[in-house]
Amino acid sequence: MKGAIAVWWIGAGRAETPLLDGVRGALETEYRLPVRLHVATDRPVDAWDPRRGQHASARILSWLSGRAPVGSRRILGVTDADLFIPILTFVFGEAELHGRAAVVSTARLAAHEGMPPDPELLAVRLAKECVHEVGHTFGLIHCRAPGCAMARSASLRDVDAKTGRLCAECRERCEDALSEEARHHEPQEHAHPDRR
Amino acid sequence: MSRKNTRILIVDDEEIVRESLGGWLEKDGYTLGSAPDGMSALKAVEEGDWSILVVDLKMPGIDGLEVLKRVKEKHPEIALVIMTAFATVDTAVRAMKLGAYDYIVKPFDPEELSLMIQKIVGQQALVRENLILRKALKREHRFHDIVSKSPLMRDVLELSKTAARSPSTILILGESGTGKEILARAIHMESPRADKPFVAVSCAALTETLLESELFGYEKGAFTGAAGRREGKFEAASGGTLFLDEIGDISPKLQLDLLRVLEERRVTRVGGTESVPVDVRIIAATNRDLAKAVEEGKFRQDLYYRLNVIAIRLPRLTERREDIPLLVDHFLEHLGVEMSRDVEGISAEAMALLMAHDWPGNVRELRNVLERGLVVTKTPVIQATDLGLVPGASGSSDKPASLSEVEKRHIAAVLHHSGGNVSQAARILDIDRVTLYNKIRKYHLRDVEEHEAVAETEKN
Repeated sequence: MKGAIAVWWIGAGRAETPLLDGVRGALETEYRLPVRLHVATDRPVDAWDPRRGQHASARILSWLSGRAPVGSRRILGVTDADLFIPILTFVFGEAELHGRAAVVSTARLAAHEGMPPDPELLAVRLAKECVHEVGHTFGLIHCRAPGCAMARSASLRDVDAKTGRLCAECRERCEDALSEEARHHEPQEHAHPDRR
Repeated sequence: MSRKNTRILIVDDEEIVRESLGGWLEKDGYTLGSAPDGMSALKAVEEGDWSILVVDLKMPGIDGLEVLKRVKEKHPEIALVIMTAFATVDTAVRAMKLGAYDYIVKPFDPEELSLMIQKIVGQQALVRENLILRKALKREHRFHDIVSKSPLMRDVLELSKTAARSPSTILILGESGTGKEILARAIHMESPRADKPFVAVSCAALTETLLESELFGYEKGAFTGAAGRREGKFEAASGGTLFLDEIGDISPKLQLDLLRVLEERRVTRVGGTESVPVDVRIIAATNRDLAKAVEEGKFRQDLYYRLNVIAIRLPRLTERREDIPLLVDHFLEHLGVEMSRDVEGISAEAMALLMAHDWPGNVRELRNVLERGLVVTKTPVIQATDLGLVPGASGSSDKPASLSEVEKRHIAAVLHHSGGNVSQAARILDIDRVTLYNKIRKYHLRDVEEHEAVAETEKN
């Protein structure tokens, strides 16, 4: 099986290596694929929506989709920007279902009910949400199995209630998707700048 | 009810809203559609089977409140949620008065939206569950409960509906498990006798004398143990329908007795001297070849002609394989409720196995196989191994399936797996969409084609 998952810090602040290493570890464990940290200075500046004071996650996904590094099958952007989709007040992250790009934000994951931010808790939550959004790119939809990483996260309570692991059924579906990709000769091995 | 079966229509003139809300809900596994204005929403509601409508209040032309009003008039079971960019109390009150489930202000809090949709789906599931249990209890079956898209069954149902409205005797022919009694009950419910009793008698289950007293009743002292007068099934069905199952199995004496009743429309109770008039519509059924039995002298020709006024032949399940995916969904939903087991569906491998099986026990056997699957499965999706069917060992193998038959079954299974999504099915089958459409047309898998055409229109 060819093609890694590329993880790219696209936030305004400094990249925190331990945080991204945690994401890498979680993705490697869950998807059994090589995960590479990608470093580049460009940022999706057009995603900023001054009216909402937030970043549009769909615009980030299109931006990411055309910038996957050569040799990667998926591109996951990690950002500190607060994300939204037009119909919702915020999202923790978003992904293209059956697509190649996903984005997760740390902006709302650090909150700790009046307590000072807890970096360890943030790392755990971020890893869970990254496994979740990358799962969507493999065609996984929200799952009702207790604890599965693909459970819908509409609040921090939901994020904390689930594990960062896929349930047996989601794992099997994901493996099917990976074998399907392997059969189709890795169509996403190279970046397609003209896409979207 | 699986999430795939919950169909949500988003109605908003802003494409970005339709896309983002649709994308968000799609990841919960619901089937989504969208309409850009009130008029196309009303059209979609007439053409599709929607569970929930999420409608924008302000739209050019027909606005959200008007959509709400018109949809609720015709489809009170659909839950409508009104969304708007501004919260105004009077509009909210008007929406709720018109029957909206709820009122939500854009942009929504993700948790609020998620909980609201879950609540609606939960309530609708309860209503459906109630309906299923009530039907199971009353054994009420109507034509729309008969699940089929096969042309053979369409002809059967059309003939049955026409026959239902006439007073004529009906003879239902078909192998065991093809659903003869269910069809008879549906005919009864469609007939002018629907509010009167439907009485079913299995003629093969009783001895000649027992069947005689069961059908015609008896007078006090007619035989040892006849302590009082008892009316028979003919009288019990008075004004309604008498369903005589396994009619091919009755003795020559009873054949003659029955012929008399059919001719005279009067019954004489066993041990009685007076005959009483009966007003019943007879529906007889058999899995035997009655014409052959007549030729062999085992069944009275005059009775055969009396019964064979309108003959309806129910096809074997193997003659309507395209119905297997529909029947699977239907049974899993009903069995799930009856057995309090919730599964999301069956795997593609399991479906392929069901499509390939020979089904000597027909629809009843399919139901039993699924019941077994539901009991033994340990995963949310029933696996092939849960069904207890051995691949390849499918009953009568006197004639192996043709290549096109296998192709048809496989396409039907893949389309079911993709939830009717032709593009996805084409990807799995590794053929282009046009080729798949041609094959759908060729094999008369037409409902899927129409479903997809609607979905395509909704996307545009």
